[in-house]
Amino acid sequence: METFIHQVVAGIATGGVYASLALALVMIYQSTHHINFAQGEIAMFATYMAWTLLNAGVSYWLAFTCTILLAFALGVLIQRIIIRPVENAPVLNIVVVFIGLLVILNSIAGWVFTYTIKSFPSPFPKEPPFGLHFISSHELGSIGVTLVLLLMLYGFFKFTPLGLAMRAAAQNPDSSRLVGIRVGWMLALGWGLAAAIGSVAGMMIAPVVFLEPNMMSGILLYAFAAALVGGIDSPGGAVLGGFIVGILENILGAYVIGTELKLSVALVLIIVVLTIKPAGLFGKVIVSRV
Amino acid sequence: MSRTLLQVNDLHAGYGATEVLHGLTMTIEEGSITTLLGANGAGKTTTLRALSKMIKVRGQIQFDGQAIESKSTEDIVRLGVAHVPDGRGTFGSLSTEENLQLGSYTRKDKQEAALDQEKMYTYFPRLKERRQQQAGTLSGGEQQMLAIARALMLRPRLLLLDEPSFGLAPLIVREIFDIMRTINQKDKVTILLVEQNAAMALDLAKYAYLLETGKLVLSGLSEDLKQDEAVRRSYLGH
Repeated sequence: METFIHQVVAGIATGGVYASLALALVMIYQSTHHINFAQGEIAMFATYMAWTLLNAGVSYWLAFTCTILLAFALGVLIQRIIIRPVENAPVLNIVVVFIGLLVILNSIAGWVFTYTIKSFPSPFPKEPPFGLHFISSHELGSIGVTLVLLLMLYGFFKFTPLGLAMRAAAQNPDSSRLVGIRVGWMLALGWGLAAAIGSVAGMMIAPVVFLEPNMMSGILLYAFAAALVGGIDSPGGAVLGGFIVGILENILGAYVIGTELKLSVALVLIIVVLTIKPAGLFGKVIVSRV
Repeated sequence: MSRTLLQVNDLHAGYGATEVLHGLTMTIEEGSITTLLGANGAGKTTTLRALSKMIKVRGQIQFDGQAIESKSTEDIVRLGVAHVPDGRGTFGSLSTEENLQLGSYTRKDKQEAALDQEKMYTYFPRLKERRQQQAGTLSGGEQQMLAIARALMLRPRLLLLDEPSFGLAPLIVREIFDIMRTINQKDKVTILLVEQNAAMALDLAKYAYLLETGKLVLSGLSEDLKQDEAVRRSYLGH
């Protein structure tokens, strides 16, 4: 029984990471209707920035904060410099740009930091919390960090004028311009926020999967599955989807299919959702007349 | 004639390669209500879109003595031009209250804006009942009221209204026209009104312009246009 509980708890912990990354995907999807395939690599790159700062002797939480800010800036810059010129291009062009971005970020990370696996520290103690056996401190801490992040985002979008403006810009760009919202900057801000969320996901998962340029490729797949399960246009759905995918992956991996086939859970989920309920659990079904 | 608020000279605008407006020249007097009449496809909506730079234009637009033809929509809003577009343009998944808050997005005086929000609820009591409701679930009339209220939250100097009566019951249309008169007289907002309902528009407005296929064919005082034989036959139906 205790191993089962541990599998569920560990699933919630990694699920929080999937949820964060899925949320980053949904944020960009909502405002642009594009899936950012480079989202994982941006998170990976941000985690390397954190690693560099830590190696330079910066304390963990300062490095954590700086990394979030740097990732935000990176996201804004990518949107302004690379994405904006192709904003109105056909969808295939944009997909190619995203994939190019993925490969470029991956190669730069390999070139600068090499492909050797590095260990990334957890800010939480090694001993299990409160003498519990079914959860590690990192798992508990990672769940806590994810929840704080989600609450802050919820508060930002729900209660601040800027958050409201971003929601408006995602929903109706023309009307947003008519009330004076600078829609282009809202998109850039969305990219920045998505990158910042991704950086937190990267820093929380790096102690588990180790730091290397390809560390996010599997995670991104789970995040896709999470976003699709919840509904690609629903932020709340993406978060719930993240936890569902995390728990499912762990339990199936431990009891049914073994850890080697774990990643295929994500692929099977993606296929099942797309064939049976493409809108996901909370997504809007859009009917268009042609 | 008193002060000019908006001066348009030889304005061309359209969509892609298709030009819809072929050199419009018009003047809007500060504090007045001016109406823009014309059949479907005459270029009325295009004129409003050109004025708030939602589409590319050629020609001159001067607002309060300042050239705005090369400014962006967002900057024109900041000068005090509010535009209620055709189809209303409310934010369907946001609440009534959030829609109103967005209307005052560019204003710095947030406390004043909060008072204005209460004022909108006295203009449109029905919106107050619906303040937490998603705008997309409001009736057509309520959405139009919300669209106007949102535009007023800017405290605009010039209000561009695109067919506020479209698809609404006569009683609601009258209510909306009454509000327009109030806004103009009490809040001193200059209004440029595009309307299909020529009779009501001519009663409300001081000046009128008549567009036909992207060109100005007639302009003057509403009273005079009402007497015009061609206008009576084509637009007033008698």
